[in-house]
Amino acid sequence: MLLKILLRNAFRHKLRTVLTICGIAVAIMAFGLLRTVVSAWYAGVEASSANRLITRNATSLVFPLPLAYKDKIRSIEGVTLVSYGNWFGGVYITERNFFANFAIEPRVYLEQYPEYVLSGQEKEAFLRDRRGCIAGANLARRFNWKVGDNITLKGTIFPGDWELVLRGIYRGREDNIDENQFFFHWDYLNESLRKTQPGRADQVGFYVITIAHAQEAAMISDRIDALFRNSFAETHTETEKAFQLGFVSLSEAILTAIRLISLVVIAIIMAVAANTMGMSVRERLGEYAVLKTLGFGNLYVSLIILGESLVIALLGGLMGMAGTFPASQMVGRAVGDYFPVFMVTRQTLCLAFSAALLVGVVASLFPMWRASTVPVAEGLRRVG
Amino acid sequence: MKGGDMSLVEIRNVSKSYTKGDQSISVLENIDLSIERKEFIALMGPSGSGKSTLLNLIAGLDSVDSGVISVDGLDISSLSQADLARWRALHVGFIFQFYNLIPVLTAFENVELPLLLTGLRKKQRREHALTALQLVSLEDRMDHYPRQLSGGQQQRVAIARAVVTDPTLLVADEPTGDLDRVSAEEVLQLMERLSVHLGKTVIMVTHDPRAARKAHRMQFLDKGVLADAPEDTLTECL
Repeated sequence: MLLKILLRNAFRHKLRTVLTICGIAVAIMAFGLLRTVVSAWYAGVEASSANRLITRNATSLVFPLPLAYKDKIRSIEGVTLVSYGNWFGGVYITERNFFANFAIEPRVYLEQYPEYVLSGQEKEAFLRDRRGCIAGANLARRFNWKVGDNITLKGTIFPGDWELVLRGIYRGREDNIDENQFFFHWDYLNESLRKTQPGRADQVGFYVITIAHAQEAAMISDRIDALFRNSFAETHTETEKAFQLGFVSLSEAILTAIRLISLVVIAIIMAVAANTMGMSVRERLGEYAVLKTLGFGNLYVSLIILGESLVIALLGGLMGMAGTFPASQMVGRAVGDYFPVFMVTRQTLCLAFSAALLVGVVASLFPMWRASTVPVAEGLRRVG
Repeated sequence: MKGGDMSLVEIRNVSKSYTKGDQSISVLENIDLSIERKEFIALMGPSGSGKSTLLNLIAGLDSVDSGVISVDGLDISSLSQADLARWRALHVGFIFQFYNLIPVLTAFENVELPLLLTGLRKKQRREHALTALQLVSLEDRMDHYPRQLSGGQQQRVAIARAVVTDPTLLVADEPTGDLDRVSAEEVLQLMERLSVHLGKTVIMVTHDPRAARKAHRMQFLDKGVLADAPEDTLTECL
């Protein structure tokens, strides 16, 4: 009976209820979308492995490190694999076609990143061909690339036209793996530099280090950096997660603003829902007084109000959560260059659901208090 | 102390006042009244005389400032709000001027509502509610919502709701106040039957002399005190 009353009460004033549900749906969708933007910012961090360290020049990432460091790093106890690479920064045809592209030492690098899934055949073809390259599935789709296509990158940091052949298209093992990256052989870059800019040859932008035990990350990082202390190129080693967080922290102010806006959206809709519930309860104080007259306690009356509020808020919330998916797809397509992984995460859905739940509970607090405290005799006077 | 020969309702030296702003307005002053079992009593008086307040006090909807009200030997003026709610659920049936049915529930569901507090199983609740609806001759309208019933039918559903738990005491606040003559007569006959045939004690607040004529006894209230009824009122009631 309680369920019957609260469900029927929720739709007594159809227009008001539908408008409130729509408002909550839009707010929850906006909240979900904003949280998805935040998640997209952290996608690289989330995809990081606890077993991988990144070593870069202690002064700045733009300064290189000697290739000779590789064997010294490899010799440190606890280190199992070492690869290296450079941010290449090339553009495809025009500068508008921006995407992340790296020159890497491919054999070990692909071993270190098993989350980039390539077929055995494509992997072999890539490793065999010095001018070979691989691209993520999203990137290949974006430019309609097929395996075997010739791709020319215009170098910005390393000037010139770089002729490459697409040997494979990788897919992410999980949904949160970036499929918008592009990799080619570091050797190809280095050989060319030896001829054109010998001063820049045999230098790498970063080392990727795999360690046997994640809990030794801090100790091994210290050992690596100690090894090159007081050298002309001192190193800074950190976990891959910390390395990625370093990029995210550059945008911390924007992220804080987005988080705040998402909370403001919820606060506004909370006020709207509270107003709806307030109006409904004010109109029904007489009915609640009748229930209390018949012997129903404040708890029963409060449950009816809370239930009605939750029905409205959760219906709106579920609609908003459902709407977040197409909205995120649309936004993801528009901002794909900046956010390679733009997907609604389970955490975002949980937050959106919790926000809807919170809206329902908070919106019913004052009306519950009001209905509970109005004396029965006074409530009965409101009928008629 | 449960009364065998005792009056069902004993009101002793009861006073009640309300505060409006910083003013205290006395509504009832030193009321003494006894109501016997199976008695049908009409409380009459001009607007603001305190009859609805007295009815609310007897029914446990409001609390006295001073004095004692005992019903069937139980001093209800000493009960907490929660205990009063439980007591009302079991011992008092309410009939209001504006019927006060829950609009989102059908006639049957409205009648079944008080039974939710009795611990009866669903099947038993159904049987009781149907019996109550049969008593008011509305079993064929059990699936109708209040908006689909006439005023008289709504008041009969309200009466069925009031008696479904088989309470000792029925309180009615202007039960015919919103009804046409024919419907009012039907409702009054029904209330008379409840008193005479089912042995319910009925306390009815009314302005209507025709309604008061159905009662066994009439009590007149004026300015918060029990008083003799004016001549014209007495004449109309006879």
